[in-house]
Amino acid sequence: MKTRYETVIGLEVHVQLTTASKIFCGCSTAFGQSPNSQTCPVCLGLPGALPVLNQEVVNAAIKTGLATNCRIAPYSIFARKNYFYPDLPKGYQISQFELPICEQGWLDISGEELADKRVGITRIHMEEDAGKLLHDSAGGSLVDLNRACTPLLEVVSEPDMRSAAEAIAYLKQLHQIVVYLGVCDGNMEEGSFRCDANVSVRPFGQTEFGIRAEVKNLNSFRFIKQAIDYEVERQIELIEEGGKVVQETRLFDPDAGVTRSMRGKEQAHDYRYFPDPDLLPLEVSDAWIAEIRAALPELPTQKRQRYEEELGLPAYDASVLSAERPLAEYFEALVARHNNPKLCSNWVMGEVLGAIKENDVTISACPVTPELLAGILQRIEDNTISGKIAKTVFSDIWQTGKSADEIIAEKGLKQVTDTGALDAIIDEVIAANPTEVAEYRGGKDKLMGFFVGQVMKASKGKANPGLVNKLLKERLSA
Amino acid sequence: MSASQLTISGLRQEFQEQRTTSVAVTQQCLDRISSTDTELNAFVTRCDEEALKTAAAADTRLKEGAAAALTGIPLGLKDIFNTRGVRTTCGSKILDNYIPVYDATVVERLREQGVVIVGKLNMDEFAMGSSNETSASGAALNPWDPNRVPGGSSGGSAVAVAAGQVVAALGTDTGGSIRQPAAHCGVVGLKPTYGRVSRYGVIAFASSLDQVGPITRNVEDCALLLGAIAGYDHRDSTSVDCPVPDYQASLRDGVAGKKIGLPREYFIEGLDPEVKRAVDAAIEVYRGLGADLVPVSLPHTDYSVACYYLIATAEASSNLARYDGVRFGVRHSSGGGLIDMYQQTRSAGFGAEVKRRIMLGTYALSSGYYDAYYIKAQKVRTLIRQDFIKAFEQVDLLLTPVAPTAAFRIGEKTADPLQMYLSDIFTIPVNLAGTCAMSIPCGFTEAGMPIGLQLIGKPFGEGDILQAAWAFEQATDWHQRQPTNNRKPDENSL
Repeated sequence: MKTRYETVIGLEVHVQLTTASKIFCGCSTAFGQSPNSQTCPVCLGLPGALPVLNQEVVNAAIKTGLATNCRIAPYSIFARKNYFYPDLPKGYQISQFELPICEQGWLDISGEELADKRVGITRIHMEEDAGKLLHDSAGGSLVDLNRACTPLLEVVSEPDMRSAAEAIAYLKQLHQIVVYLGVCDGNMEEGSFRCDANVSVRPFGQTEFGIRAEVKNLNSFRFIKQAIDYEVERQIELIEEGGKVVQETRLFDPDAGVTRSMRGKEQAHDYRYFPDPDLLPLEVSDAWIAEIRAALPELPTQKRQRYEEELGLPAYDASVLSAERPLAEYFEALVARHNNPKLCSNWVMGEVLGAIKENDVTISACPVTPELLAGILQRIEDNTISGKIAKTVFSDIWQTGKSADEIIAEKGLKQVTDTGALDAIIDEVIAANPTEVAEYRGGKDKLMGFFVGQVMKASKGKANPGLVNKLLKERLSA
Repeated sequence: MSASQLTISGLRQEFQEQRTTSVAVTQQCLDRISSTDTELNAFVTRCDEEALKTAAAADTRLKEGAAAALTGIPLGLKDIFNTRGVRTTCGSKILDNYIPVYDATVVERLREQGVVIVGKLNMDEFAMGSSNETSASGAALNPWDPNRVPGGSSGGSAVAVAAGQVVAALGTDTGGSIRQPAAHCGVVGLKPTYGRVSRYGVIAFASSLDQVGPITRNVEDCALLLGAIAGYDHRDSTSVDCPVPDYQASLRDGVAGKKIGLPREYFIEGLDPEVKRAVDAAIEVYRGLGADLVPVSLPHTDYSVACYYLIATAEASSNLARYDGVRFGVRHSSGGGLIDMYQQTRSAGFGAEVKRRIMLGTYALSSGYYDAYYIKAQKVRTLIRQDFIKAFEQVDLLLTPVAPTAAFRIGEKTADPLQMYLSDIFTIPVNLAGTCAMSIPCGFTEAGMPIGLQLIGKPFGEGDILQAAWAFEQATDWHQRQPTNNRKPDENSL
């Protein structure tokens, strides 16, 4: 039954910006302060107070627009969205309506089990957030306006996605971009990156869209997937039973895993948008755009592509290493000091990611800096130490902060490459294992590993494994 | 010198020569308020104690030779300006208990100068009215005849200046609210170019039209007070960063050779013959002073009132949404839910005229009507603005009546809002065009009511109109007449 229907999803993402101050006043945007401690006449909506646009918010909007392939409007307008609610101090929200700052962008999404696809971005506009209502035990409600007037970007996609997986891929990419750009901290639990999903279904082949429901309150990728899946099931069932989907706002209940109608609050709002006479139209010059474009960091998709094409990394490595900006920066700093991208990648994805996970530190706080790690890799490549010894050197560096060379010297970890010394060890091993020697010579090639292991063990790991291999082969075939 | 003869320029001289003190003059004003305001009702809130303290501090400053232009001058403020710690009602019941936590920029600028703020002056509720009759505190009365309105919405400001309760006052003008009461009370009032004076801290009626301006006893005071409040304010995005000229320095340059336009559409049927006679006489005065008077046309004048009542009400409907009983002001709630609290608060808190305008504006912005009303009105506004731009290509300033009639009787127009709205027909276009204009006394009716002359200037041409006004004031003595206040209120009209 489900296979007869196609899912259509459009997303509205609210990106809370990391500017130090609010969008229309100088109050701090810091999270988790005591209620109403970060307010002033402007964000309290006191009579006579006027908004003044924070230029940093415009910079962030332009950055995000450029990174999502949008056209940056040379002229855009702030509008008032009028409605009454206690968390909205002025009785209207300052937003953008008819002329937003960014339009007509797109993101290319890809992923496992997903066909490559371009998702259109209709618009990105700037707006102020509302405050928060707190309900006390006595049944009263209290208003905290610390969050009122904090800057948001609303990123509105085209209804281009056809599955929850596509929606998640789009969201993850957008999330990655805004965090890369440094315009958003990406913290979904604190609501810094939140999403409303417009979901509808239609029989395959039908050109017009089905009636959509808008699902709100989605603050994790998991919830978004759950909510979309639930909503698709609900709508298909409804239609199959002969019912009709109604256009409405629904709230996702993460505990029950269901969406519920918010009909009470819905009632076909007329927001009476009109240009805010307190703010001048925003004019953005070509020079301003060019300046921001020049300062844009390399974005994750560009990095991924470069890692594959220029550094010759496998697609998987490229995607892991480019996923987060600090990790990519670590990797790039390492490659700059040690020009063997694949070896670098192996170490970053193996030892480095493993160690930071185990020790619960961020990549930026990793005590084995790219410089120190490059010191290890150099000693591997010049055969001073084996890969195995290198791992102990890594953990020693983690503990002590000393350089690879210091540790190698202190602990005498330099690889044995003296054939004479190795010959002696090999003699001992051959002498000690006559049965295995006979079996090997009888054609059991697999035993080579055993002999190498024995020699390595006897050398306390310091023997050069390649050399050991070569010498063993000569001696055993003799 | 009697309180009603005090001027800013005169007092500056006397302070300098140490012939009087700010404390003495402030006390004189306070006494005058005590003796006259029971009848005139110009004050909503008095600040006697604070005023005398500020005056004493001003006297010290004067003695130390550290005085600014307005140090020690007793002024009144329309009750629309946020004054930290001093109740600010905006003429409304809904703000009856509202005590601001901050000063409006203009108040801050005046305080820095050491101005003595004597109190807060009566006004139409949220500046919506042309007669002061919509005030929650009851109407202020015209000192020339207490049976008549003082005009509005800055009625209290005009009354206080005319009656000698303060030396000068600040008002606001959205569609004539400084010029019309100034005309009706026989004083000088100036509405600056939009963006000339900061609106920060001024309770908004219609944000794209509101401007702050002085109401004074003569033109020189007007120039001085404007100079003190004008200038860019980073807290108001619509304020313009353009240097403030020395208005006083250019006052005496005369009007010889100036081209003064007489817009045909302002001299129409319905203009009271007495007003027309006074304005015609003023035209002759200017001719005598060497000005060149030329007919001009502002062809879209007819649409101004309709256009204004769409734009101003649309903005007001949104601006007044914050009076919801949640954070400040008077809350009415007899149980029930949130929506009940909103309804009860706003039903009880707003007066009839404010409700009428909120409804008009809400309607104009509603989905399905927005294009036909709000957008159409914006287009008309552009045409009206272009009328002025074209006229100013030919002339330096425009001369018109301020209002079609002198002050009308209390209650005369309250039953007919449209008639009331039409009393602003000559002042509204200036706000829509965003330019500057002023009202100066130019005569009296037979009944002894003052008549105002309007001079309209180019954008940021305040210096031009002040100059022309000063020349007229020098050539006439209308500004020297004072209300005798010997008339008693009609029993039946009160």
